Amino acid sequence: MNMPAISVSNLSKRYGDVLAVDDATFEVPMGTICGFVGPNGSGKTTTIRMLLGLIKASAGTGSIIGNSISHPEKYLKEVGAMIEGPAFYPALSGIENLKVLAKIGGIPFSRCQELLDLVGLGDRGKDKYKTYSLGMKQRLGIAAALLPDPKLLILDEPTNGLDPAGIQEVRDLLEKLADGGVTVFVSSHLLSELEMFAKYLVVLRKGKVLFAGEMQDLLHRNKPTIIAKPSSINSLNYLAELINKTGHTAVIEKDHIRVTADESFAIQLNKIAFEGGVVLAQLTPERASLEETFMEMTEDEK
Amino acid sequence: MRIFLAEWRKLRRPTFFLGTLGSVIFVTGLVTSLLFLLIDAKTGNADRGNRITREMLQLSDGFTIGFNSSGSLLGLVALSVFAAQTAQEYTYGTLRNLLVRQPRRIRLLIGKYISMAAFALITVIVSAATSIGLAVGLSGRARVSTENWFTNDGYSAFAHSFVNVLICTIGYGTIGMLLGLIFRSPISSISIGTAYLLVVESIISVAWKPASNWMPGNLLSVIAAGGSPIGVENAPNYSQALLRVGAYLIAASLITATLFKRRDVAN
Repeated sequence: MNMPAISVSNLSKRYGDVLAVDDATFEVPMGTICGFVGPNGSGKTTTIRMLLGLIKASAGTGSIIGNSISHPEKYLKEVGAMIEGPAFYPALSGIENLKVLAKIGGIPFSRCQELLDLVGLGDRGKDKYKTYSLGMKQRLGIAAALLPDPKLLILDEPTNGLDPAGIQEVRDLLEKLADGGVTVFVSSHLLSELEMFAKYLVVLRKGKVLFAGEMQDLLHRNKPTIIAKPSSINSLNYLAELINKTGHTAVIEKDHIRVTADESFAIQLNKIAFEGGVVLAQLTPERASLEETFMEMTEDEK
Repeated sequence: MRIFLAEWRKLRRPTFFLGTLGSVIFVTGLVTSLLFLLIDAKTGNADRGNRITREMLQLSDGFTIGFNSSGSLLGLVALSVFAAQTAQEYTYGTLRNLLVRQPRRIRLLIGKYISMAAFALITVIVSAATSIGLAVGLSGRARVSTENWFTNDGYSAFAHSFVNVLICTIGYGTIGMLLGLIFRSPISSISIGTAYLLVVESIISVAWKPASNWMPGNLLSVIAAGGSPIGVENAPNYSQALLRVGAYLIAASLITATLFKRRDVAN
């Protein structure tokens, strides 16, 4: 079995009476894009800080690329990170800020301009950081995270403050990096965005891991629904009766019917509607989105 | 070395670098100028209304008196620089970036310290050049003979002064670094540091005189002056001051290193 990029086992962090991370156990495979989601205060940033050696775990173990998180010096050369948004020296220019980090990490300065170009700040690198917009600061943060040419990239809300085009650029960049073998561990509140490009998911709530695994496994947890819309609204009740006779439950919603059933039931539904003389204007199998699934999961825990 | 150079990149930014050196030139220039320009003033020409006479200034170490007298003020500049450079890593949140690139915390701390100490060295060099330049320039107007200044005794006195002022400056800076680390805010650490050294120590010394022999600020002033500062009675001698300051600095360094190594980086 391949070594996981991130592996944590029974990891906890306590601040006085508050258990910020509670017995978290999960693994993130190499080369995947893993979304790390949870409501505010769920312990995402605390977990990330423990992974980066910024804070010490109260209990449990963890490893990054095969090295224990109690020895961050062994793996951080291969890790790029942006935690809790970008943080730089306001009086230094963008490129000077990158050079400070490059010098400490023993990374050639030539990489700084390359990365500024990559994140679209090539022509603003000499401007002071304090003159940057939120989106530009975010881009600089991503550039800084990419400095060491990392095997594992840990990003905390990387699309905060970016416009839709910027969000798409970041998504494309992360996909490109993952295609090149980089593991991307990204926390985000934009679940619809994550759903588009994350293959793996870790869901946290109140410090506990609610789910860790393939995104599809989570989305398939909920039975799909089928939307059937007759061409005439007068046929709604009749169509509902026909569906109920098959043992499924039809729920009338405005001008359409929702049935919780496997996608294969759509064929049967189409047939009984045709045989019953009902013309369908729409027949669509639907799966709950990540956002809906997430809301449902976190609701259950309340 | 990499950490030293990275820290230096922050210290050398023109506004900060020139601004700090400007304040060093101003402070040293003021102290030295008053020494010569008020040489005959009845109100005195030195700290606390003391008089540095023409005869004293004409001695082989006379041209270093202004430089020595600036030691504590240079120390306050160093305290501010060390405190600000340390605390701003917390207020800007940049410490987490530094620690991701250099997780060996003590190495990072030592690199930062050496870089700031190098900056302190530059301030002392600039202060020495300013003070001696002004001393030579104003000696004619104050009718102070420079005959004994540029002799072997004079050079030796200057070397001692330079080392003493440097120790004093870096001593103050170390206190600043510790305060920056404790308070994690440049404003708090600088204001608390200067208030303690300028006000609290004076009040305690007045209230209970023996305490002044153990106050870090007073001891650093003794070192900067190369012994009891002029006009100060019953101060500890130079060796005692050096020993006590050494003990304080070791304690401050150990506390700083322990705090920096063990404390969670949560902002």
